Amino acid sequence: MGDFKVHRVRFFDYMPSAIRAMALSSRSERLALARADGALEIFNFADNYFQEKLIPGQEGRSIEALCWVGERLFSAGLNGEITEYDLENLKPKYTMEAYGGPIWTISSNSQGTLLAAGCEDGTVKMFEILEETIQFQRNLERQRGRIISLSWHPSDTLIAAGMMDMIRIFDAETGHATHRLLVERGIGASKSREVVVWSVVFLSDHTIVSGDSAGKVQMWDGLTGTLIRTHLVTKWDVLALAVSQDGNSLVAGTSEGTVVQFQFISSTVGQQDKEWVRTRTFKNHSHDVRALVHTETAVVSGGMDTQLVVRPLLDKVEKNTQESALRKIAFPHRSLVSCAKKAGLLLFQFPDHLELWRLGESEGHGKPGDSLPVKRKPEKLIQLKRKGEDHICCSALSPCGGWLAYATVCSVRLYRLQLDNNNISLTKVSKLPKVLHSAHQLCFSSDSSKLFASSSHSSVIVVGLSQSECKYLHTLKPKSGSRQPVHLLHASEDGKWLATANTDCEIHVYNLHKLKLHCTVPVYSSCPTAIAIHPTTSNLVVVHADQQIFEFSLVQKEYTDWSRKLQKQGLHPLWVERDTPVTHVTFNPKNPAHIILHDMFMFCILDQSLPLPEAKTLLYNQMTLRSLPEPERIMHNHAFKICKNFQHLMCVRLLEDHSLVVVERPLLEIMSQLPAAVRQKKFAT
Amino acid sequence: MAALYEGYTLCRLVPAQNLSNSGIQGIEAERDSDHVVVTDSTRSVTLYKVSDQKPLGSWTVKQGQTLTCPAVYNSQTNEYVAVTDNKVIRIWKEEDILLDKAFKATVSSDVWKVHCVPGGEPVALFQRGAVRLFDSLLSAPQQPIEEVLAQEEAIRWSINIVAETQLFVIYTTEQKGDHFLYLQRLNPNILQRYRLEREEPGLSPLSFSASYRDKHIRLLYLYPNGHVYQSVVSVRGLGAEEGAQALPLPRSLLLGLPVGEGLLEAASALILDEAHVAVVGVPHPSAGSGKDFLCIWNTNFQTLQAGKEIAGKIYGQLWSYSSKLFIPHGKTLSVIPYECTKSSLASAMGKLRQARTEESKAPTSVPSWNNILHGEKAQPSRTVENRKTRTTRKTQSAPSLTTDQVLEFIKTAPVEEVQKEVEGLFSRADIQDLQPSVGQLASSLVSRSLADPAFYTPSTLAQLVHTQCLCHSVCPDLVLLALEKKDYFLCQLCLQFFPDIPEAVTCACLKAFISMPDIDAEKESLDPDSVSFMDTLISPEHGHLGMQNGFSPTSMEDNCSDALIGGGAVTKTRAEDKETSTAPEQICPVGKHKAVLLNEVLQAPYSDTYLLPHLKDLSSQNVILFLQYLQFLYLKYSQDAFPQMHGFRSPSLTQIMDWVCLLLDSHFTVLVMTPEAKGLLLNLHSFVKSQVKLFSELGKIESSLQELNKMKMKKDVGQYSIEVIELF
Repeated sequence: MGDFKVHRVRFFDYMPSAIRAMALSSRSERLALARADGALEIFNFADNYFQEKLIPGQEGRSIEALCWVGERLFSAGLNGEITEYDLENLKPKYTMEAYGGPIWTISSNSQGTLLAAGCEDGTVKMFEILEETIQFQRNLERQRGRIISLSWHPSDTLIAAGMMDMIRIFDAETGHATHRLLVERGIGASKSREVVVWSVVFLSDHTIVSGDSAGKVQMWDGLTGTLIRTHLVTKWDVLALAVSQDGNSLVAGTSEGTVVQFQFISSTVGQQDKEWVRTRTFKNHSHDVRALVHTETAVVSGGMDTQLVVRPLLDKVEKNTQESALRKIAFPHRSLVSCAKKAGLLLFQFPDHLELWRLGESEGHGKPGDSLPVKRKPEKLIQLKRKGEDHICCSALSPCGGWLAYATVCSVRLYRLQLDNNNISLTKVSKLPKVLHSAHQLCFSSDSSKLFASSSHSSVIVVGLSQSECKYLHTLKPKSGSRQPVHLLHASEDGKWLATANTDCEIHVYNLHKLKLHCTVPVYSSCPTAIAIHPTTSNLVVVHADQQIFEFSLVQKEYTDWSRKLQKQGLHPLWVERDTPVTHVTFNPKNPAHIILHDMFMFCILDQSLPLPEAKTLLYNQMTLRSLPEPERIMHNHAFKICKNFQHLMCVRLLEDHSLVVVERPLLEIMSQLPAAVRQKKFAT
Repeated sequence: MAALYEGYTLCRLVPAQNLSNSGIQGIEAERDSDHVVVTDSTRSVTLYKVSDQKPLGSWTVKQGQTLTCPAVYNSQTNEYVAVTDNKVIRIWKEEDILLDKAFKATVSSDVWKVHCVPGGEPVALFQRGAVRLFDSLLSAPQQPIEEVLAQEEAIRWSINIVAETQLFVIYTTEQKGDHFLYLQRLNPNILQRYRLEREEPGLSPLSFSASYRDKHIRLLYLYPNGHVYQSVVSVRGLGAEEGAQALPLPRSLLLGLPVGEGLLEAASALILDEAHVAVVGVPHPSAGSGKDFLCIWNTNFQTLQAGKEIAGKIYGQLWSYSSKLFIPHGKTLSVIPYECTKSSLASAMGKLRQARTEESKAPTSVPSWNNILHGEKAQPSRTVENRKTRTTRKTQSAPSLTTDQVLEFIKTAPVEEVQKEVEGLFSRADIQDLQPSVGQLASSLVSRSLADPAFYTPSTLAQLVHTQCLCHSVCPDLVLLALEKKDYFLCQLCLQFFPDIPEAVTCACLKAFISMPDIDAEKESLDPDSVSFMDTLISPEHGHLGMQNGFSPTSMEDNCSDALIGGGAVTKTRAEDKETSTAPEQICPVGKHKAVLLNEVLQAPYSDTYLLPHLKDLSSQNVILFLQYLQFLYLKYSQDAFPQMHGFRSPSLTQIMDWVCLLLDSHFTVLVMTPEAKGLLLNLHSFVKSQVKLFSELGKIESSLQELNKMKMKKDVGQYSIEVIELF
């Protein structure tokens, strides 16, 4: 197989933002997740938890609460605004000032007609949900002290509101408060501090569950307003509560990073009266659990430590299946790194700036396993701060390293980049075509003469680039009429093809010479996570969120034999069980049979000339092969050559000089940059 | 070796404006090792809990009054005693808040200091040298106080010491450049006055320190030229002549500290134990000047053992209580814990016999590398001094005999006379001086005893052995004589103190010990330490309590041997054993005193090649008995860790195992043929197996720890590297 020189890069200081809020749309099985920087992410739980969509944040926008109303997504934050999102164009649709000061929580009734917002000024504001917008309806009886949390009774007639030191129950029709439930403060020093009811849940049997800053989870009788049961869960805060659809299981997230499960079961076998019993404690977070979702089969949690954790409940799923495995989503499911493979440059995308780095150089050659002496150190050439309030949503670097482009929700910027002998100049291309006002994805053609920008309704704008000008050439549109955004763009090496993939799982291939649609790949049920067109054979390789790999011949407009063989034989079970998607596919110009792809924990060279691994053969066989003498290796060789030397990969690229670039971002380093967690007494400390 | 540990601040000081003094008058021990009373130089007394670095109480006298002596704590009555304005004695308890309301008594003469040893009664030392116990003083406070000191003679330093049951007040005075040492014994009051030899003109001692050991008071003083002298005064000699004439006080140069240029100004030397001295204010030999150090010196080897830089001005004050040094410097009072372990040349060279047990004994001076290497060279004046002192001693005690005379005397005189003379000789002279003659004395005593069966001086011989100046090669017949006379105590001492007993003699001792009837053995009075060790070992409450980490070795061994052998016959014998007595291995097969003697044999040094042939002489019954005893010891040891924990002199587990192996080696065929040894052999087999298992487990742990070490070696990947990988 051979040696590779690998540039092992660890200077990409990618730092994800803390998770603030989550909401699950049970109808579409999509999880909306809001981060502290205002960014919004949509995960498709039906499709291997793939991160389908990403709406970048904005300076000054903070999201405290998320709420799905059917397919519509609303958020509210401490800026006092309610925002609805345009999930097709990946941007806020409109924002509505609530005039009640910072909004702590929003919640819709089960019918989806009303949206209640809890405000700092002590009002619960009701908004009517109209077709295109929302409209303020009325205030519920104003209270002293802020409304921190809200929960509708499933009958839509009552609302429970968590406040400071108490819970109020409102009659949704009259707007009057019917009950006042006083929440006890913490003991000791915290006695003098108000207790914050961070979360309330109103169950159909009129039980109200509250989680508060004194570490208690309390069950109340909503009809009489009496306390039924107190569970002291933590010394710190209970920040989030979530209940299962059937109302029999409840989870509470704490500042210690634990998630505590309660179940509504009879405490003695065979008896009818059920009660809430604390059953399990999960500890998958190092910091505060700020957001919780209880799905049918799993507990989904997120918080300060930035990782989204899907913890299956083992009584709900079959054991030892892929479904029963714990999943941690730490990195975005798309690449934040662009690589100019001819120039040896790397572009790192941060929410508020871009960094351009030149890779180092080494002398001579070494044996496998060696570290070569670095002759020239890597160098940060440019740090480009974004303009405006919106965070960067995508960026691209041309293969020659001469162009740099980035886009926010409302603008696209293109820069001419000149590097000669330590002279760096970056000039903004001032006159961009009007049509290029926003882009979900950006991509340069391999000869750097064209810029492709994916736009609304899965269309792609083609812009021609030259020294003197930058002009609009064409807009490529699919025939399907899909309204979903394109999340993957790939221009072939020979400049003939452009492939796009959208979140409707459609893959369109355009002929760039004729500037028209060439073909559409048969739609597969799982979303593509990486696409690439082979430079010589013009075969399109697609990897999906369910880890399936397809090869589609653009010439014959059909799946290739290799792809059919792969489908027939099936992928190795261990391959399918991996829980991070392949985020990039590329080819080895030296050997046309090689496909290079990577996910977070490995990169793989797929050799199409070798036999596929059987289900019972060893998939990760590099160690075995190494230990075997040369002649015996052939017997054990198979197509998947997986290298796990590098972990937490943000990017793997092949440069023109056949050296690999791997960009690692060790999770430990991310952890080390997090603020200190709450102090806990550990044994022997 | 000695070590100074990380210090900590006890309190801040308010030194005088010109930093001339530290602002502290004195520090005294309080109720336990963790409390001290600090008296400042003006008006207040503070009680500190040292480990907490926290004041527990503080008392202040009224404005205008001054504390003129450090407050002391009377642990008998739990009261504090201090003196204000030289004449007013104040006594108060911890719960008293206002000092002015506490007990007051005005005495008729100025008090220099009040001293109080823990558990003892306070003593007042008056500026004119008179000493009063508090009881008698307070019963009549205005009683006339006599003047002891001459005009222009002033007390410079004082201390009180309890020597056995006697209370001593020791103080030094200065009179026109001459320094005197007063030794005041109380009840009956006897005062002895000594004159300190003059150092270079104009130099007077900077600090004094005194300690008591082995019936001698040892005084240590430091001169500004860096010389540390030691004078030893025998407590017994006291009282011969009542303080008419100041006797010259012999001294020996203990240390010549490097002082750099000039003379020392504020420095202090403090006795820590018989071999270590803490010195402050003397420059560190390897550090530049301008830095102040606290050092611990070993006086035996004259080596610097530990040093610590002290920041800020040093006032030449130093106290030591319960392994902590208290030193005011700059504006703080620091507490520096220290540790001094007994050092010897052997330990320095890594050949320490019985490393653990030796600690409790003084470094043996038998081969006296010490004196050969250092004694002569480093103390050139010493021989001269000694001769001088000896001559003076001769003149002062005319009727007593010299060593040579005593040697002659031994050959003829009756037992009682000999004993008296030899003891007299010992009481007069320093043991160090007597060292060469101890051997002569011993051998002449032994040869007289051998020649004359009626002549035997057990106590004298024991005393000689106790000096640790003897060894087997000096008088080879001593041990055998003791055996012959059935003086087992002496045998024990010899085994303890002689480093060079031949294996034949060790074996003869063993044979004698093991074959003597238990009744005889119990009559012997033996070294109490080793007896009490056996007491704790045999005492029934240790029977089955011992569980280490919830693991009981006996049960494990039983299980494994049973399980492993699994044969009916063997298990049966063991089962029968158990039926007859609850646990035969748990009962000591020999009497207590016999066991003590056997322990001594176990701890004696030997070389197995030479020992084996002699072991073969033992009868098989003796071997079985001895093995049973070893088995008993082994079981006790593996049950709980206490024998190792206590400071008793006791055989180590390794020594026990070695002896088991030796005995088995020498008598294996006989033992195999002896039916009653069968169970014993099986048990021993299981011990060996458990030991082997233990070591193999330790080996596993070792190798896995090594693996961990290797794993840590994994190189740290920096921000960027270029690596070469190979895919297959």
